[in-house]
Amino acid sequence: MTEHAASPRRGDNPAAHAPAPQHVAETMTGAQSLIRSLEAVGADTVFGIPGGAILPAYDPLMDSVKVRHILVRHEQGAGHAATGYAQATGKVGVCMATSGPGATNLVTPIADAYMDSVPVVAITGQVSSKAIGTDAFQEADICGITMPITKHNYLVTDPAEIPRVIAEAFHIAATGRPGPVLVDIAKDALQATTTFRWPVETALPGYRPVTKPHAKQIREAAKMLVSSKRPVLYVGGGVIKAQATAELRILAELTGAPVVTTLMALGAFPDSHPQHLGMPGMHGSVPAVTALQKSDLLFTLGARFDDRVTGKLDGFAPYAKIVHADIDPAEIGKNRPADVPIVGDAREVLADLIVAVQAEFDAGHKGDYAEWWEKLDEWKRTYPLGFEPAPNGQLSPQQVIERIGRLVGPDAIYAAGVGQHQMWSSQYIRFEKPGTWLNSGGAGTMGYAVPAAMGAKAGRPEAAVWAIDGDGCFQMTNQELVTCALNDIPIKVAVINNGSLGMVRQWQTLFYNQRYSNTVLHSGPGHDGIEPPAQGTRIPDFVLLSEAMGCVGLRCERPEDLDAVIKQAMEINDRPVVIDFIVHQDAMVWPMVAAGTSNDEIQFAKGVRPDFGDDLD
Amino acid sequence: MSKHTLSVLVENKPGVLARIAALFSRRGFNIDSLAVGPTEHPDVSRMTIVVNVEDLPLEQVTKQLNKLVNVIKIVELDQSAAIQRELVLVKVRADNETRSQIVEIVQLFRAKTVDVSPEAVTIEATGSSDKLEAMLRMLEPYGIKELVQSGLVAIGRGARSITDRSLRALDRSA
Repeated sequence: MTEHAASPRRGDNPAAHAPAPQHVAETMTGAQSLIRSLEAVGADTVFGIPGGAILPAYDPLMDSVKVRHILVRHEQGAGHAATGYAQATGKVGVCMATSGPGATNLVTPIADAYMDSVPVVAITGQVSSKAIGTDAFQEADICGITMPITKHNYLVTDPAEIPRVIAEAFHIAATGRPGPVLVDIAKDALQATTTFRWPVETALPGYRPVTKPHAKQIREAAKMLVSSKRPVLYVGGGVIKAQATAELRILAELTGAPVVTTLMALGAFPDSHPQHLGMPGMHGSVPAVTALQKSDLLFTLGARFDDRVTGKLDGFAPYAKIVHADIDPAEIGKNRPADVPIVGDAREVLADLIVAVQAEFDAGHKGDYAEWWEKLDEWKRTYPLGFEPAPNGQLSPQQVIERIGRLVGPDAIYAAGVGQHQMWSSQYIRFEKPGTWLNSGGAGTMGYAVPAAMGAKAGRPEAAVWAIDGDGCFQMTNQELVTCALNDIPIKVAVINNGSLGMVRQWQTLFYNQRYSNTVLHSGPGHDGIEPPAQGTRIPDFVLLSEAMGCVGLRCERPEDLDAVIKQAMEINDRPVVIDFIVHQDAMVWPMVAAGTSNDEIQFAKGVRPDFGDDLD
Repeated sequence: MSKHTLSVLVENKPGVLARIAALFSRRGFNIDSLAVGPTEHPDVSRMTIVVNVEDLPLEQVTKQLNKLVNVIKIVELDQSAAIQRELVLVKVRADNETRSQIVEIVQLFRAKTVDVSPEAVTIEATGSSDKLEAMLRMLEPYGIKELVQSGLVAIGRGARSITDRSLRALDRSA
């Protein structure tokens, strides 16, 4: 592994910094050249499945001592594993598949990585160059298909291009705003004889990410921060990607301003910190959502004003001026015009801001947020996160997740699927460190948790990795537990089993008159949609299913067994563990801002809108 | 809505036109016209794209285009500071009676007659959209049998060139 791969600095060129100064020029096949290139850029783990077109690459891959290949059960698993690996390690994740269906099975995880700006390189085999365009067996135009969901992609038909393209792909994936890059290589290019040359010159005249922020903009932002009365540091995933969490903490503590962390930024600022208001957005905390609504300055760092954060855009933060710092210029002003736009890497932006704010302090300008904090503290006291215990001695899902978080602790890595369990995980696990929370934020990909946890555990075997999954999500990708069992990747999976597609069911409860159309998972078409699905057929039996896949399967149905089962799972480290938590089916995620409404309409619980004493203007 | 002319320097590589066209449709922007061709540098192509958008979406178009790895440079050419041309080839119905009138119109617009047959004349004209539109209006009564029009191409007035600096950068990186 190269030094660069361990801690990519955005804007740097990996090829230029790879510690292999001696020039190499050797004759070999395109396939060997591909594997040598992967070794040279520092890839140590590849998730994939072989097939006809990519087969030449798998032969030299077998001999590589630097690159570990993990044979997954479905290409989607390979893609999400690469994403999980990338987010847990900070390196570029790599997945590999053959042409046609192998490549198209990567489409969902590539789209997922694109939405969440995760550095991933996907390598696919393509039919021979002469067959391209003829509808050959297992041919798909994967470059055309992935064009709108990749940061960039390549079709390689000339074997001499392989080293340069691999170097560029890793460089593009990791620098600037990170993202997925696909490299599609024709089979004849893999088979042909070529010369492997390293290091290579990259040729990217149109790719120059700006990382250094403009000094004038920084000064302007610092001035606004110290003169505002009700500022909020609105922190997004960019702060984690830029490894800028230490700088964020310094700025927050220097200024005393409150902090909110989006779904992609959980762990960027300690949940336990007194300045932390929680997560904003559709299921955010009341203090976080309200602070944005009442703020006079949103100090936005690596966040993108996503609709799940803003709610109805024209009702979002109506009194706030906007400082917007992002590495991607196209994000600035996309949804909300910025008063002070700053293009740059979050770490460099924060470092410069700290100096600029200190200079303002030295000049006698210091923000006074005492009145603001009175309000904020009142909201924190009045509207803490909480849930009602489930009736009849059943398990409540929030309690399960909260106990896992408490017992497993803040050093573990948590991966969630998408739905209610994801939101409860974001609310009830206390995140203290960056890189400990993996989820599908932008794309909302059900089935993300198990393969992402697998990738994270493969990249950081010393860390405890827990997938918090729903029973709907789990049934989409649980086959990767076989991969985990066979490859010594002992993850834990907590299935929050409410017998239904819980978030969809919640919307049916709230917006579709409790008509539960096709959200009951355990029952067939004869089910009336009303009878409690948790007491349904128990098909599939997740305990038996897990045992069949080489895992330990546990079940927990009562609150009094909860801690013991979690502890039992924590002690098993030679195999993956799956716990089937049978939880109350009617639990809902609160607070909630209904889709398309203003954040001012946040409901603390069903039908309960907080009273903010709307006296701020 | 207002028309904007963007000159886009791109790497001369396969698929670049598809990337740009796909980006426009994906982000919901409409292309009025698009012309693409080589430049004085063999590795660089130049696209002239006319879009009909407000100022704010135009900024988004430009920023999103700039994110494409194969896009080297984008310049908006202000109408007053640029020469803008389109090419039209038009086949007009003509007989012994009307042919001379049509040729007269052609001369008025400094166009060219490039093909003549007993039933038609084919005319080649270049110019601004306004000029071409005016000419076509004049020709219409005679009967337009077929018409083909190029996308708009544009170049800034004066000695400065938008390609100079970008192409120097390209030479260094090559």
